[in-house]
Amino acid sequence: MMSRFPLGPSLAALLVLAFLGLFLIFPVGTVFHSAFVNSDGSFTLGHFSAFFDQPLMKESFINSLYVAVMSSVFAAIIAVPLAYFTVRFEFRGALLIQTLGVLPLIMPPFVGAVALQLIFGRSGSVNLLLDEWFGVSIPIMDGLNGVIFVESLHYFPFILMNLTVALRNIDGAMEEAAMNLGTRGWRLFSRVIFPLALPGFVAGTSLVFVKVFDDLGTPLVLGTTNMLAPQAYLRITQVGLEDPMGYVISVIMIAFSILALYMSARMLKNRDYSTTQKGGTAIQRRRLRPVESMLAYGWIVLVLLLTLSPHIGVLLLSFAKVWSFAPLPDAYTLAHYETVFADSSNMIGNTLLYCGLAAGIDVVLGTAIAYLILRTRLPARQWLDWAASAALAIPGIVLAIGFLRTFKGVEIPFTDTLVTSSWIIIVIAYAVRRLPYALRACMAALQQLNVSLEEAAESLGAGKLSTIRRIVIPLMAGGILAGFVTSFITAAVELSATIMLVSRESQAPMSYGIYLYMQSVAGRGPGAALGVLAVIAVAAGTYASHLLVERTAARLRATRAQEHES
Amino acid sequence: MLPTLRHAALAAARRHTVLAAALASLCAPAFAGTVTVITSFPKELTQAYKTAFEKKHPDIKLEILNKNTVAGIAYVRETAIGQRPEVFWASAPDAFEVLGRDKLLAAAPEVDNPAIPAKIGNYPINDPKGFYKGQALAGYGIMYNTRYLKANKLTAPKEWKDLLGHEWFGHIGTTSPSRSGTMHLTVETILQGEGWDAGWNTLLRMSANAASVTERSFGVPDGVNNGQFGAGPVIDFFGLAGRYSGFPVDFVYPTVTSIVPANIAVIDGSKNPSEGKKFVAFTLSDEGQQLLLDPKISRLPVLPYAKLAGKVPQGYPDPEAIAKRSKVQFDPNLSEARYYVVQSMFDQTITFRLKELQGAARAIFEAEKKLAGKASPQAAELLKEARGLAFTPLVGSDLAKDPRFLELFAKSKKDAAVNKEITGLEGSWNTKAKANYERAVTLAQQAAALAR
Repeated sequence: MMSRFPLGPSLAALLVLAFLGLFLIFPVGTVFHSAFVNSDGSFTLGHFSAFFDQPLMKESFINSLYVAVMSSVFAAIIAVPLAYFTVRFEFRGALLIQTLGVLPLIMPPFVGAVALQLIFGRSGSVNLLLDEWFGVSIPIMDGLNGVIFVESLHYFPFILMNLTVALRNIDGAMEEAAMNLGTRGWRLFSRVIFPLALPGFVAGTSLVFVKVFDDLGTPLVLGTTNMLAPQAYLRITQVGLEDPMGYVISVIMIAFSILALYMSARMLKNRDYSTTQKGGTAIQRRRLRPVESMLAYGWIVLVLLLTLSPHIGVLLLSFAKVWSFAPLPDAYTLAHYETVFADSSNMIGNTLLYCGLAAGIDVVLGTAIAYLILRTRLPARQWLDWAASAALAIPGIVLAIGFLRTFKGVEIPFTDTLVTSSWIIIVIAYAVRRLPYALRACMAALQQLNVSLEEAAESLGAGKLSTIRRIVIPLMAGGILAGFVTSFITAAVELSATIMLVSRESQAPMSYGIYLYMQSVAGRGPGAALGVLAVIAVAAGTYASHLLVERTAARLRATRAQEHES
Repeated sequence: MLPTLRHAALAAARRHTVLAAALASLCAPAFAGTVTVITSFPKELTQAYKTAFEKKHPDIKLEILNKNTVAGIAYVRETAIGQRPEVFWASAPDAFEVLGRDKLLAAAPEVDNPAIPAKIGNYPINDPKGFYKGQALAGYGIMYNTRYLKANKLTAPKEWKDLLGHEWFGHIGTTSPSRSGTMHLTVETILQGEGWDAGWNTLLRMSANAASVTERSFGVPDGVNNGQFGAGPVIDFFGLAGRYSGFPVDFVYPTVTSIVPANIAVIDGSKNPSEGKKFVAFTLSDEGQQLLLDPKISRLPVLPYAKLAGKVPQGYPDPEAIAKRSKVQFDPNLSEARYYVVQSMFDQTITFRLKELQGAARAIFEAEKKLAGKASPQAAELLKEARGLAFTPLVGSDLAKDPRFLELFAKSKKDAAVNKEITGLEGSWNTKAKANYERAVTLAQQAAALAR
């Protein structure tokens, strides 16, 4: 008889819980407390009723919802074909597409919005040229539409990455069976392949939804304030830091994000997406007919151009001497790169160190939580998921204030350094805020992995731990890596918590440096130069990890082939 | 066997060294004389001071920690006593008021430069309570992009009222006083210079012409620099430094302007207060003041120009002269008394209702254009009413002076009842503003219809 509390999983659950409790629930709780108390410390719900009395808040809520839904739709429209093309068809440069598909995430959202404004804004290159040639301009960056435009370009990789992994994991036999029964084309995709990849799609889309719902940088840079996140931020960061309304909005946003994730989990519940074979016979790659090929390339080039436009903008800006009300800069210079290398080269190393550590913590925790939820019967295990996912909706500044408050005066054991003035606290903040990404990816990977593989291993005498180590984790590798990469690159562009937690310029990461340089009236050139370096560094890291996974997969295939032969 | 053991021991030792190195890197390079300065100032400025100060005091290391003013306050507040940074250095005087009120500043009467006068215009340069010092002066005015103006056939503005016409519709960038201490000062300057009702009329009309209300004060000079906006209200050194850096921009002080100090203070409960004071003293010294004149920095010194003999560039603004010319007698107490009311009114009726406000202005301008040269008393009456609805503040000057009304906003919002009352009021402003702007559109359209 299995105990309700098997030792190993219980211990793991406790460790995960301790981490979440210490670094998420408690710090945020100390801040949230403000949403529920009067100035004398007594409990009240009055702040919430004050919130619902404000018509502006209702409007903000509806706007946020609208933007999040529309951005998810557009992100899916961009991502689904890209993912499908790269997995399903013989395609030159599939790896390039995926690496490029990650690029939007590498840029801090506010830099992306600044750059898109340079290209598509009211005095951006495109509009200046359109005006010169045709006497028209397109208000693509205005109002809610501008936010949707920027957000879908920025976050579609969430869907792309998760869906690509999911599509790769589909057993080719399913497709073969369907094709043998005469299914082809759109029907094959919509009735067989897409449904099998649904966990990855839902994981990605729910991330996009929640992320957009809670994104702050983009609406702020575009000057759209009638949304929830900007309202919360404006409240919290006004000199009246103690204004409870900001915390009320945060509580509401978190509740809503959890609800969205819960609904996406419900969607997938009680359905089995797992297939027993991995990697061996993946979906067959088909050659495209010339017309199809043109259409596919056309779409990809269009998306890539849009996706790359902020990077092109930042690149131009980094070389620009002066760029003002003109389609292109007046003159070019290398001076901004000199400034950056002279002043801030240590920031690159800091970013790699912090984000690497944070992403490492994330995949370990993410794998553990996914396993506990999907493979054990521990009571209340779902709470781990919710708690970890709630981090997605915690504004960075709230978490940071929570940390500073919780660990005030606490020293790192055996040193006389304060927790809050060491860079460890930055790593932990990144890990906590990025855990949901890793978790979604790990969950999707594990959902697609049939439990019978583990049962087989166990029936052959392998213990739980060695089953996990030898069977589960290798088969989840793609998902884990996707989680690592997403955590890593999104941490690399994290700003709101960074600003609060950096206590010395020498420990600052690149995102902080970019922000700092971008504040200068003497020109944003050095900020753009640092942004370009950040993109290159993170893109190289992403590319390297892709190679790593391809190589691992190839090795697995080779091993399997050998086993077949022998 | 033995070599293996040695290997293991070596590996362990290496691990230890790595661990020790990691631990060491966690600890600050903790030599005694580190001064940490929290500031919102741009890197060119802080870098210049860091280089000069470290050269003068080789035993002291200066760490600059750049945070925006609000994050800076929060950081100081949340840091334990004895661990706090040494110096706070920023433009917005209210940040120092908040820090002082929370007992986070240490008075440093011994740190001084006797040559610095007590007042600029009628504004005291140093905190009367002695908690912070004026370190530089800043004036407020209009920055504009000459290339943008030429392309859109606009004339360079000289006064605030030059930005109110229909030809400026959609060409201005502005920010909110709740986001930017310097914008708050600009708003107060206009309100004090023109009076409450006329001042709000100016602010509403200028904002109605705005393409966007940017998230932070830097958004305005940045947008003017890159040509996103034609003009906008900024603090002087933004405009001056932009021009120096080669952007096609210029800056003008309107007659309604104020010159107020940007401040510096020693934080209470810091690690190295005496070294911190040395840095503050350096920024006030003749040498420290001269650094402000670097064209990349372009800030006005608090030290009189006579003391900076020969160092002041040709054509550099003279704060004394501007303060004398200014029509405003800036009253910080008045500003303080209605601080939150002004911010909240601006946000509820402008920032969060920009789309509707723009709509009202557009309808009014279109009606004016159609009615030009056609004398229709009825249309004129409708238009007047529309302008009244769009460009009159929701809180009249009498209410704005009412101490009971102001007292409400001074109470702690942590109290649910107070919070509810304030947010209820804000909600009603917001709804009212929206309704007014929509009504103004209708009236203006009716007026325009009469022209046909």
